[in-house]
Amino acid sequence: MADEVLKLLLEGEMLDQHQIAQILALDEDAVERELAELKRKGILLGWRPVFHPAYLAEGESVHALIEVKITPEREGGFDRIAERIARFREVETCYLMSGAYDLHVLVHGKTLHSVANFVAARLSSIEGVLSTATHFMLKVYKEQGYMFERDQQDPDKPSVSA
Amino acid sequence: MPDYTRYIADHVRILPKSGIREFFSIVEQNPQAISLGVGEPDFVTPWAFREAAIFALERGKTSYTNNLGLIRLRRVINDYLNRVFKLDYCPDDEILVTVGVSEAMDLAVRALINPGDKVMYHEPCFVSYSPTISLAHGIPVPIPTKSEDDFALDPDELERCWQPGCRMILLNFPTNPTGGVVEKERLEKIAKFCIEKDMIVVSDEIYAELSYDGCEHTSIATLPGMRERTIFLHGVSKAFAMTGFRIGYAAGPRELIDAMLKVHQYAMMCAPILSQEASIEAFKNGEEEMHRMRDSYQRRRDFIVRRFNEIGLPCHMPKATFYAFPRVSAFGMNERDFCIKLLKEQEVAIVPGTAFGPHGAGFARASFSTSYERITIACDRIERYVAGLDKKA
Repeated sequence: MADEVLKLLLEGEMLDQHQIAQILALDEDAVERELAELKRKGILLGWRPVFHPAYLAEGESVHALIEVKITPEREGGFDRIAERIARFREVETCYLMSGAYDLHVLVHGKTLHSVANFVAARLSSIEGVLSTATHFMLKVYKEQGYMFERDQQDPDKPSVSA
Repeated sequence: MPDYTRYIADHVRILPKSGIREFFSIVEQNPQAISLGVGEPDFVTPWAFREAAIFALERGKTSYTNNLGLIRLRRVINDYLNRVFKLDYCPDDEILVTVGVSEAMDLAVRALINPGDKVMYHEPCFVSYSPTISLAHGIPVPIPTKSEDDFALDPDELERCWQPGCRMILLNFPTNPTGGVVEKERLEKIAKFCIEKDMIVVSDEIYAELSYDGCEHTSIATLPGMRERTIFLHGVSKAFAMTGFRIGYAAGPRELIDAMLKVHQYAMMCAPILSQEASIEAFKNGEEEMHRMRDSYQRRRDFIVRRFNEIGLPCHMPKATFYAFPRVSAFGMNERDFCIKLLKEQEVAIVPGTAFGPHGAGFARASFSTSYERITIACDRIERYVAGLDKKA
């Protein structure tokens, strides 16, 4: 049942618990229990709306991608430092990468200045961080699977067809 | 003003207008209605297929192609047939790419039917079968399929409807509009009968991949003795969400394909090259996208069929297609009035079953290829509507 709820959510249509319950022939309490259970198990971490970038621009939002090189530790490798970086509220995503650098850190702040400040004061000062390269994001084309220029419902498509 | 009717060919003049068209014009007057009336996927064509067409356009691929279609396309079609249908044809002369399955169907009938020949088909069915036969001066011989059978073709019924002079039978399983399928055992009986009566089988299997619950589709062409008398029809419209690309194809014995090619080369020349390029991408790399869409349809089917039955519109569980075909006859009015009143009172469009032939009487087709939100709202509205009818009854 949890599987069915997850599959439906993954299709990406915005549905409330009532709709989920209707579609999957469950009662609403069951859906609520399922979702609570998924959260308790740490499978479903949470959800948040995906906004059009124009909306975020009004809120004065700056995103930067920071390539971070770190020194792996004898015990635990990259994990301790990576988790230390990831816990900052400013950090939205943090991945360990193969290749030229180690951590791919996506940082979010109100202004260019605040992001730069975060990198200089908080991030690069962590022991074990060897270097950072900061790239500010200029434009978003796709976010979490959503295109901003969406395929429109075609007005020429007939409402009834064979 | 001259009387133009005298300029119009008799067999065209007497051809009835499509019930779908008539209903479409009624729905058009209610543009805000939620439509469960479409006969096509709600998904936009997956980007990779569209991108293939754009790339071809950028490279200046704007010419005619071989009358049979691009050989690269015919080869990937055959690979796909091997993989998905367990069928094998020679891409050089046994596969003909057409403008949708509709053209392929028309070619098969026009190329093989003499005036006065009888052609069988099961009904309710896709709107063009009977007119296609009539336009070729053939005589349509319908075989009813029934709701108690989940709209499968009953071999006994086939035998009962057969008449001397029947030279061809058109099959469409899974069926638009009923979602009917035929189990292998029955299909074998049907095949045997076709061999016995020496009928050519034209099998439109456009919905095959949209089979649910892990049901495996069996093509009649795979049964013993059938490959040599079957023209297999299929295309990219439904499973790959490419209706507007208009690509279908026919596969069959080379002599029959060659006869169809004669008509095709004079009437159509070839299918559009950009659509052929997009279809190559679909057949080669599109199965994952297709399965994603199929799984979504299945979830919506489970919902809408359950709701119809709850609401009091008895509906069998279609094993394939994106159509539910509930009975709407219990309210003292015919299916057409039921649908029109529903549209007027609750702004939901479903299509009267008689648009798909007289045997669709008492039923309506509801397509579930639309968003969950719209399906749930539509069902709530239908529920309110039916509740109101019950009170009046």
